[in-house]
Amino acid sequence: MTNLKLFMKNKKALAGAIILLILSIIAIFAPWIAPFSPYSTEFAAGLTPNSTHLLGTTALGQDIFSQIIWGSRLTLFVGIVTGLIASLISVIVGLVAGYFGGRIDDVLSVITNVFLVVPGLPLMIILAAYITVRSVVPIIFVISITGWAWGARVLRSQMMTLKNRDFVKAAKVIGEHPLRIIFFDILPNMLGLIVANFFGAALYAVLSEAGLEFLGLGNVNAITWGTVLYWAQNGQALLLGQWQWMAVPGLLIAILGTCFALLNFAVDEMTNPKLRR
Amino acid sequence: MRYLLRRIGFLLFTGWAALSINFVLPHLMPGDPAMVMIAKFQGRLSSQALDALREAFGLNVDKSFLLKYFEYWQRIFTGDLGFSLNYYPSKVTEVLAGAIPWTLALVGIGTIVAFTLGTVVGIFSAWKRNSKLADTLVPIALFFNSVPYFWLSLLILYLFAFKLGWFPIGVGYDVFAAMTPSGKYISIIHHAILPVTTIIMTAMGGWLLTMRNNMMSVMADDYITFAQAKGLSDKRIKYKYAARNAILPSFTGFSMALGFVIGGSLLTEVVFSYPGLGYILYQSVTSLDYPLMQAIFLIISLVVLIANFITDFLYAILDPRVNDGGE
Repeated sequence: MTNLKLFMKNKKALAGAIILLILSIIAIFAPWIAPFSPYSTEFAAGLTPNSTHLLGTTALGQDIFSQIIWGSRLTLFVGIVTGLIASLISVIVGLVAGYFGGRIDDVLSVITNVFLVVPGLPLMIILAAYITVRSVVPIIFVISITGWAWGARVLRSQMMTLKNRDFVKAAKVIGEHPLRIIFFDILPNMLGLIVANFFGAALYAVLSEAGLEFLGLGNVNAITWGTVLYWAQNGQALLLGQWQWMAVPGLLIAILGTCFALLNFAVDEMTNPKLRR
Repeated sequence: MRYLLRRIGFLLFTGWAALSINFVLPHLMPGDPAMVMIAKFQGRLSSQALDALREAFGLNVDKSFLLKYFEYWQRIFTGDLGFSLNYYPSKVTEVLAGAIPWTLALVGIGTIVAFTLGTVVGIFSAWKRNSKLADTLVPIALFFNSVPYFWLSLLILYLFAFKLGWFPIGVGYDVFAAMTPSGKYISIIHHAILPVTTIIMTAMGGWLLTMRNNMMSVMADDYITFAQAKGLSDKRIKYKYAARNAILPSFTGFSMALGFVIGGSLLTEVVFSYPGLGYILYQSVTSLDYPLMQAIFLIISLVVLIANFITDFLYAILDPRVNDGGE
């Protein structure tokens, strides 16, 4: 319970958790919060904000407020799922490389370093351009593939310091299977780092998702904050004075990103005693 | 020396890997990008160009995968990257040559300013920790670090170019202003201010946070306490003792950040219709100009890898420890 107390005392962690909670509630209760269907084109096109349409309507006559409420679902889903997949890859690669060392480490480290230096977004754009299926699955795949390397490197170095501890040596002497030692004995000792790493990956995922969708490389018919921005750009929102159409979804992406960044930073602060002053 | 050799080896290896990814991707994808593309350009391209396309994309079934791979390398080394479909009959290399200087200037200036400012403010923020100003800098930096580049670009464009009219709405320079040489330079700078500002604003936060954390770690070390006990001046401890060591991890983080900044500036270019690689990449993606797309990825990867190598090299000068063995 001390961890929870520590968490509650950290203002950044608390702020991040509250934002995430509010956004999750919006996503879960979207059908009840949104006044209209996000797809319905029954309204007048290009309306500026008014009492019925809080954020106006799109160039096709859809209610922007409803689109943003519904968009929270897929946006959060893609961010979290991609964060989880990328973290999973980092954990497996980082821990295995760090624990075994030698040839295995050489091979895995080189792969990690290649993915670290090859520029992510251009690679994502190219990948997404070749994938002709337009849905969130390729987006999740593409971002996970490019987003795991940094975490793997951090976890690997943490593993190098932990693997010489006495409890690991004891487990080896008993004859436990190496994979059991890695994932059941050592992994719980670096949970903080893994959690921080997950939030970092989720931030990367949310920003990349928005970028790809803005370029029209996602499924432009799905409703996410990124695609709302895509349609706003296509509908010349800014030139027509519909600045709220552009400003609100982007701000929400920034807020979601900030909450992941706050949690990442805070967990880092809590688990690294040198930063806790 | 061993360190340098290892870095050169790594440079060559990553270069090989990135370029091979570039070659393999079109072959891995379900469906056939070449067919899609050829169908799209049927009638618009000469039959000679279509044949060249088939060749480039391995629709030539009688050639083995390995042979095509060797030919790919041959083309890279001879600098023959084929024709761009969008800008036909321009060669891909010509299109690239026109775009590269714009991106290099944008990203180069943006990165250097963001790194310097972020690092300096990060030092301040760690040194004055627990003061109000220094601590509010952290959430602000976190926010700007989490803002989508292209969105901030759009808002800045809307406010300063569209509403206030202080800056032009896009592109690299004004053709009329460029009649005189000095007019051209002024126009280029005038057009670059908004995109560069966006890049600095979004990239700075990351450096600030990295430097702050590094400084805090270093300041907890015994030698800092010892320096204080010796009665050295605060300024000396801050810059010569703490910051000098804290900046090293920032340098290693440079490689990843550079890739990230390039990604962000690609999107910024799209928003500002800035004639660099990002804008052209976007156009080539929307119009399925695969040869140009591949070439842009190739060139971006190479530039990032080389910049990375240079950073590693500088790192060895800054931190002599890396030269004698170890990581």
